[in-house]
Amino acid sequence: MADAWGSEAGIWAALAAAAVVTYVPRALGVALSGRIDPNGAVFRWVGCVAYALLAGLIARMILLPVGPLQATGFAERTLAVAAALAAFCLVRRSVPVGVTVGTVVLILLSSGGRLF
Amino acid sequence: MTAETLPDRRRPVVAGAVREALGLPSAVLVASYVGFGSLVRESGLGLPVALASTATGWALPGQMALVELYSVGSTLLAISLAVALTNTRLMPMVVTIMPLLGRGGPPRWWHYALAHVVAVTSWANGMRRLPDLPPGERLAWFAGYSATLWVVTLGGTAAGFFLAGMVPHPVTLGLVFLNPLYFLLLFAGDLRDRARVCALALGAVLGPALHLIVPSYGLLITGVVAGTLAFLVDRWWPAREAKRG
Repeated sequence: MADAWGSEAGIWAALAAAAVVTYVPRALGVALSGRIDPNGAVFRWVGCVAYALLAGLIARMILLPVGPLQATGFAERTLAVAAALAAFCLVRRSVPVGVTVGTVVLILLSSGGRLF
Repeated sequence: MTAETLPDRRRPVVAGAVREALGLPSAVLVASYVGFGSLVRESGLGLPVALASTATGWALPGQMALVELYSVGSTLLAISLAVALTNTRLMPMVVTIMPLLGRGGPPRWWHYALAHVVAVTSWANGMRRLPDLPPGERLAWFAGYSATLWVVTLGGTAAGFFLAGMVPHPVTLGLVFLNPLYFLLLFAGDLRDRARVCALALGAVLGPALHLIVPSYGLLITGVVAGTLAFLVDRWWPAREAKRG
């Protein structure tokens, strides 16, 4: 898992490609500013694709983790998410509060209570 | 860009922008990038990779997709396409904020440089604050504000990387868990847009399912299929209601 392509060069190539495809839309945004409607149908679709992709990634990271989170149990992760959502709803829809509670619950569950 | 090279009247503007950026926006960004730094280390990659990703990407969703897809052994093409699809959403954000920075005054390359530091936090706060500022001060404000956030995220990334190696293992797992948790709650807090809710729901179902079938391209297919479906459902819905009414 440390290096999927068997060489250090792999991650740097991926990083360079990611940097390019991240800056290009930003530069295009400057070039096209004032000439296109940011609320038009094409950008609505672009937004939908980005949200779907990110939701897919988040769900997969929680339900089917590939890296270090494999060391945690499915029940531990779902309980931590439930606790985060509950805290988030109870405390003024606060993201910092929800994230803190969810993280602490995961730490407590995965350490079996031996940590503190 | 140092304060000394700026005309005198812009110094207080930049200083004010730096102070604003160092409040709550920095705290939230540091926490989320601490998670990213930990994710990079726990994925077996080095600190230079973590810092280079934050410096050149500066948009967390694309950075997370990069590290996660690399970890599952995706091809360079699959990674590039997924990151591109994740970050094309930056284009309309740049399109909307650029006119607020004022045209004609500063050299054009300033706009291209500042486009790199347009991401969710800097964009949302820029859209809120810029219209209230005199046009001559806007570019200096946004440069100071977003450059501060950029430096802060690099610090958060490094802190997360080192923390992951120092704290007990369960705490490291908690730091890595910050990544999906943070975005899950961001989404949960903003469910007014119907197309977006559809995209999130369909993506959350398709993402894990397709990962089991085609790990390398699953995320890419999820984005295109679930996103397009959500877009079409959203377009089709009001038309049907209008027919009924």
